Amino acid sequence: AFVQFQLTVPVAVVFAPGSVPRDLPRPLPFRDVQEMEIPVNLRTSVMSRYETVYRSTTAQENIALNAATAQEADAALHPLQDALLGSLTMYVVPETSSLLPQGISVYVGKHRSALVRAGGGLATLHSRLQQLTQVMSFTSSSIAAALSDGVSDGQLGPDARRHLKSSLGYEITFSLLNPDPKSHTVDWDIEDAVNHYVQPVLDKLSLVANFSVDSQILYYAVLGVTPRFDKESSSFLLSAHSLPHVINPVEARLGSSAASLYPVLNFLLYVPERSHSPLYIQDKDGAPVSTNAFHSPRWGGIMVYNVETPASPQASFPLHVDVDMVRVMEVFLSQLRLLFGLSREELPTEFLMESPGNEGLADWELDRLLWAHTIENIATVSTTLTSLAQLLDKIGNIVIKDDVASEVYQAVASAQSAMAKLAAGHLHSAFQASKEAVTSSERAFFDPSLLHLLYFPDDQKFAIYVPLFLPVSVPILLSLAKIVREARQRKKEPIKMD
Amino acid sequence: AGGMAAAAELVLLVLLAAAGPGLGQARPDALREELLLSPLPAGDMAATFQFRTRWDADLQRGAVSHYRLFPKALGRLVAALGVRELHLALTQGFWRTRTWGQPPLQAPAGAELWVWFQPTVTDIDKAWKELSNILSGIFCASLNFIDSTNTVTPTASFKPLGLGNGTDHHLLRYAVLPREVVCTENLTPWKKLLPCGSKAGLAVLLKAERLFHSSYHSQAVHIRPICRDASCLAVSWELRQTLTVVFDSFAGGQGKKDWSLFRMFSRTLTDACPLASQSKVYVDISPKNKEKELLEVTPPPASLHEAVVQGEKRTYAVYDLLSNSLFNTSRSLNVQLKWTRPQDSSELPTPVLHAHRYVSGYGLQTGEISTLIYNTHPYRAFPVILLETVPWYLRLYVHTLTIITKGKENKPSYIHYQPAQDRRRPHLLEMLIQLPANSITKITIQFERALLKWTEYPPDPNHGFYVGSSVLSALVPSIIAMKEVDMEQSPLFTSLFPSSDGSSYFVRLYTEPLLVNLPTPDFSMPYNVICLTCTVVAMCYGSFYNLLTRTFHVEEPSRGGLAKRLANIIRKLRGVPPL
Repeated sequence: AFVQFQLTVPVAVVFAPGSVPRDLPRPLPFRDVQEMEIPVNLRTSVMSRYETVYRSTTAQENIALNAATAQEADAALHPLQDALLGSLTMYVVPETSSLLPQGISVYVGKHRSALVRAGGGLATLHSRLQQLTQVMSFTSSSIAAALSDGVSDGQLGPDARRHLKSSLGYEITFSLLNPDPKSHTVDWDIEDAVNHYVQPVLDKLSLVANFSVDSQILYYAVLGVTPRFDKESSSFLLSAHSLPHVINPVEARLGSSAASLYPVLNFLLYVPERSHSPLYIQDKDGAPVSTNAFHSPRWGGIMVYNVETPASPQASFPLHVDVDMVRVMEVFLSQLRLLFGLSREELPTEFLMESPGNEGLADWELDRLLWAHTIENIATVSTTLTSLAQLLDKIGNIVIKDDVASEVYQAVASAQSAMAKLAAGHLHSAFQASKEAVTSSERAFFDPSLLHLLYFPDDQKFAIYVPLFLPVSVPILLSLAKIVREARQRKKEPIKMD
Repeated sequence: AGGMAAAAELVLLVLLAAAGPGLGQARPDALREELLLSPLPAGDMAATFQFRTRWDADLQRGAVSHYRLFPKALGRLVAALGVRELHLALTQGFWRTRTWGQPPLQAPAGAELWVWFQPTVTDIDKAWKELSNILSGIFCASLNFIDSTNTVTPTASFKPLGLGNGTDHHLLRYAVLPREVVCTENLTPWKKLLPCGSKAGLAVLLKAERLFHSSYHSQAVHIRPICRDASCLAVSWELRQTLTVVFDSFAGGQGKKDWSLFRMFSRTLTDACPLASQSKVYVDISPKNKEKELLEVTPPPASLHEAVVQGEKRTYAVYDLLSNSLFNTSRSLNVQLKWTRPQDSSELPTPVLHAHRYVSGYGLQTGEISTLIYNTHPYRAFPVILLETVPWYLRLYVHTLTIITKGKENKPSYIHYQPAQDRRRPHLLEMLIQLPANSITKITIQFERALLKWTEYPPDPNHGFYVGSSVLSALVPSIIAMKEVDMEQSPLFTSLFPSSDGSSYFVRLYTEPLLVNLPTPDFSMPYNVICLTCTVVAMCYGSFYNLLTRTFHVEEPSRGGLAKRLANIIRKLRGVPPL
């Protein structure tokens, strides 16, 4: 099936006094539409459409832009924007403005706005704005990654496959692995850490999916690889190529999420046993990884937490260890961002990004996630319904119940409405519709009445009648052979006559 | 990043401040592990493991999501499905009460699951279905076959063992799958729920190849809410994992009745689980038959424990794995039991209450289920609750129900009967029967065997259909008065069932499961018919076809028939000129 997406991003470009380029085609305010085709593959085409409004600042915005620093201006401007998800506002400030630090021409705020330094004429401004809108909404690579399940893999980098698949909910499990409880009593204040660091991020992400967080402590859970002893540093090393084998034996202990169907994100804190510590992770070049952590795409992350061995040999065991949760949570949160594909891309040095603060991600990053997930959801629905249709084609006498049929109709209608809303630039309602479409299509696809094993295969029906067909075919074949033989003989006979 | 770092520092300070006094605090969860070795009268040996995790947190309130010793999988299950109490037992073999005596914990053959739900659960049947499916995934058992045809709601037999009143029995569901086979794949997930796994402590003895080479193997999981302290203002949750195994003295080797840990498990104990607050091995050395001590235990136990268990005074040798002195002399503990003189097997003490059940009758149309209940108490009568669940395809004739004690009819004081509905629910029969002193009570009921649809037969239908064990629950009067004991101090094997008062003790017994043959059709018949019909049709077709298509024409005599040719070949071999 050929799918054509149209993604509309409402953009407002606001010129502060003294920043309007001379070569502006029309007097302010005016509207402009830019369309750009993003090539994905043969079956899918994505048209991005930037509906831009050019205007000059209002009096209030002027006051806000007179703030001393960019951060303050960003905070003051936030209540003046409409809070529509997916919309972007860009303030163009004069070239001489002191808002932006030296050498910085673009400042991306915490919310859905950015400050851009004027100068260099309209063409430079245009290219900056274009780059900025792509950073803050979607790029061709993020779209391609979202659609990657429909595309054959290979042309995508490892980054694209790292992202979690879009789902209605996620379960986050923090596990503390203590393989040596005889030597270490490890305590972690996970409850407090979750409330302080993880919950604000999840509150922000709650728009995207439901999250549940829990934690456990597992004793005698060992990694699947024996680390190598390094004499030079008198420490143990895990090399990068052995990391894939680390997870499997641990995973058997983690426990399945029996009570829900959502994918699980595992974050493991591993306190190595005393005979194997300190333990360091090496990267491909053999240098130790500074965070002593690694992550596994679509699965979660592991961090190795070394316990300082007491200098005095008469220290009593077990050793009590209180985990420094700040250090741990910094790593886990950045891994969480990586898993959601929120890694900050390489940007020109003239771009300055505001740190998202305690919330862990900025509003526009949330929008990026929503764009990608909406497209991924629609692609998933299309794949699910296509496979359902293939199954129905394969089994002719399958029974489609009314409720399954209505789920399919519902899925198609929701997917269409999601696409219509994407084209209209209503990101939030498009995302909601795409979620509904996924729910309906999955419910239809996994309906127990559609199990193909329930239907008697045709080839076995034939097998039952073999005792009839086989003896019946014998005289027919024999007489056919006889006819052929006779026909040949008749052909030969005239030659004999000659 | 500056803002985040500042906030982080602040939190770190808070964390450090909190960590200071926290060090000395008691943990909210505790693990106790225990192994009870009891020599059985017949010379066999029963080993009962109990692992108890107690958590001072209320799982129901939902706020709990950070697990330490309590397994997360079960904790989430309890919280998500509104479970108040859960008892799951997977058993291979049958506990012979008559020869082995009263079990510390018996379970019926196969899988047994009974659950009390919270009153807040609106659709209990749905929660029950979901729960059995999830448990089936956790324990790799076929619990997903639990449906309405084998689920009952007993009214009197299964009272909650933990907190909460058990009057509203609509919150209870009970099911038994007698056909379930228990093996290694069920033991591994069970062991995984232990905080120490099978890496340390008593659980190192749990080697599958020894445990399943035994006459009886039963593993169970019990979750229940209990009082946090004596005042009982707050709730704690308790998870008990129990495993009972009976080793046969003859199958074990040479028919010797001397036992040791190594001979039973092919392992010895080297340490306690470092997470356990208590780790003990009890050996039942109480003298049988009121005679001089027959049993010799090595190494000599550090202490003895005396308790009245199930109406009898028992003495236990106790080995505390957490005490420093135990592993000082030798690196491992291998408890050995030796009989100082051969035991008199003729004078086996019979338990006060035991039962026996069988199916009688001939033919494939009707039959009779008979249950014999023995009360061997010399002078006390006591009531017993009998629970029978019979699948719908055995149609019970309730009017044939007779209860006879000492030749006279015995009228039950309470009867609850729920008739079966075909393909919907089983028969449920609950009766409160008074057992006179020193008596045998015979309960019989007749049934008719139903015809099943051909898709309803299980694989290998000629093996027969199982009828689950019936359950006997009784407060058996004790010969010796028991004193109230503190649950937290006493050994685990005495504290699962609540003790009512000093004069009686609670016993739950299960009878044998029954194997009943149902009229079974010949499943190959349709195929045979198809084959035969097809062959006949094909033969008719063949001759008819020949008749229609064959053309007749006169043939000149040729070189001769088959006989002549054969004769020529033979003549050639003989060197004689051909015909």
